[in-house]
Amino acid sequence: MQTRQALIDYTLHLADNALILGHRNSEWTGHGPILEQDIALSNIALDLIGQARLFYQYAALLINKTPAADPTSPLNHGTAVTEDSLAYLRDAWDFKNCLLCEQTNGDWGKTVLRQFYFSAYQFYLYGEMQKGKDATLAAIAEKALKEVTYHLRWSSEWVIRLGDGTAESHARMEKAVGELSRLTAELFLPAQYERSLAEAGLAVDLLPLRSRWEQRVREVFEMATLSGGAGMLTGGKEGRHTEHLGYLLAEMQFLQRAYPGCEW
Amino acid sequence: MSVQELEKIFQDRIDSEIRIEPRDWMPDAYRKTLIRQISQHAHSEIVGMLPEANWITRAPSLRRKATLIAKVQDEAGHGLYLYSAAETLNISREEMIAQLHSGKAKYSSIFNYPTLTWADMGAIGWLVDGAAIMNQVPLCRASYGPYARAMVRICKEESFHQRQGFEILLTLSRGSADQRRMCQDAINRWWWPSVMMFGPNDESSPHSAQSMAWKIKRFSNDELRQRFVDICAEQVKLLGMTLPDPELSWNEEKQHYDFGAIDWDEFWNVVNGNGPCNKERLAARVQAHEDGAWVREAALAYAGKKRQEKDAA
Amino acid sequence: MSQERWPLWEVFIRSKQGLDHKHAGSLHAADAKMAIENARDVYTRRMEGVSIWVVESRHIHATNPDEAASLYDPANDKVYRHPTFYDLPDELKHM
Repeated sequence: MQTRQALIDYTLHLADNALILGHRNSEWTGHGPILEQDIALSNIALDLIGQARLFYQYAALLINKTPAADPTSPLNHGTAVTEDSLAYLRDAWDFKNCLLCEQTNGDWGKTVLRQFYFSAYQFYLYGEMQKGKDATLAAIAEKALKEVTYHLRWSSEWVIRLGDGTAESHARMEKAVGELSRLTAELFLPAQYERSLAEAGLAVDLLPLRSRWEQRVREVFEMATLSGGAGMLTGGKEGRHTEHLGYLLAEMQFLQRAYPGCEW
Repeated sequence: MSVQELEKIFQDRIDSEIRIEPRDWMPDAYRKTLIRQISQHAHSEIVGMLPEANWITRAPSLRRKATLIAKVQDEAGHGLYLYSAAETLNISREEMIAQLHSGKAKYSSIFNYPTLTWADMGAIGWLVDGAAIMNQVPLCRASYGPYARAMVRICKEESFHQRQGFEILLTLSRGSADQRRMCQDAINRWWWPSVMMFGPNDESSPHSAQSMAWKIKRFSNDELRQRFVDICAEQVKLLGMTLPDPELSWNEEKQHYDFGAIDWDEFWNVVNGNGPCNKERLAARVQAHEDGAWVREAALAYAGKKRQEKDAA
Repeated sequence: MSQERWPLWEVFIRSKQGLDHKHAGSLHAADAKMAIENARDVYTRRMEGVSIWVVESRHIHATNPDEAASLYDPANDKVYRHPTFYDLPDELKHM
């Protein structure tokens, strides 16, 4: 039972990460620095939202098969949970995405750096997850890894290009590193549900990923002539978010909240 | 060869349906007309991303969100194909964008109307894309090769857009009272602007005759408009909604629908910059371009450095 | 601000193994690496390709349409290059 709940939380965490970052990226659609890149980032947004849907569908399946331990849970209104009720009817404290994902887009430099940090994390994460014991998560990871491999390539090149481009682009990238790097430690700090599942081989053990991720970031930053950042801010995985998430959800969930119970 | 002779050869080729390609001789007026039309079309795709992108972050389900992103992204692609086609006529994309931003180049007025509810995503797909497809399908046979090829690709991709729009409206029309009201309201607001998308009546459309002779245009504005009205008047019945035109009625004799008079004052008012969103749309495009300047410049600087390093090695 | 722009590239796509690369369109990119990625994002969104070539447009050399007559018309009367030119008995198989 506890394992079941942890698996649900873990799956929601994976889904929330993908949805929130995909949503942020989609804010660029129509406003990119050049048409070709507008299209490129929209592709990444679509990949991430696609991943989120697969995870939410799996979470919904798990939830619907589990008698709710907590009868007051918002997910227990007597009707079946769906990918959309999970995305649109939970409040910020129920969301388990990392803080990095919910940060505002800022300029193109901040957006590509956020993508690079996160894609590098997803790259190693999914690489392990596809070997995991949960067959559904493994299958989703295998499919998503192909997408993420490209995201990592695309975002690495942009970080290098802007870091080693002009004086202005370099300064903007350094500023972005200053804003975002303190949010990266959380990626590798396991939440309670990750710890309990990792022991059973159902979740990826994050600690060994960290050095691989750091190595990758170091290599790319070296080519980009960027220095690393410092500091540490965590909490997203446990539902303690920055102020940004509330606004994102208010916008995203508006129709479902204003006209409850409708088909769209 | 004299210009008259060249013009004769050129027109003969067009008359026998041989495509004109970039390096072929063409009259200057043909080139200019094409640049105007293709770039205007490209600008329309790009500005047209904005009213729909307005609802990406508020799309009511994950499926709707994904399909809306894919659709707006397609529009970016269509703009890109069209700018590329125009670039074969010796004008750069940068120049065309400058013309858009300065207000010298026009784009379709339809995108100067606001998207106020989710139902607008449906109405745009059904009516605006429907009208656009009606205009675009004949352009797949336009006499200028690169333009025709871009249009073939665009029309292929466009077909999912209209279906997506109709599906949104159909879902709303079967939904709650609020959803049905939303659906009808969107149809009411988008119907007349969509009918106007075919441009002025034939008798007041100055460039049409020449464009027909050059086979850049295959059907008159009024012909296409009539076809559009005939199709929509039937399709709206499937939604259980109405089109906001009391004069709309089937004419057995003509085998077409009669419809009410178009408010051309409104049309010209919006064309001349006074529509509800003209300023916002243009400002959004200008800002995206200006905010992206440092990015484009940095990428170029980096590419230059790498090239030098390679040459030095 | 620099007035230079990202150069134009021509994109060629192999739609499936066994077929030639075919011209798909063009796009702008700062360098070859980016041109390939842009081509992937712009021209293969609907599974149109399995392989991409890009070449900067300025590197393409083309024939002049004014010389089309002298270049291509002379082939018109060389029908003997086509197999149907040769009149052989129907009994002859597999040739």
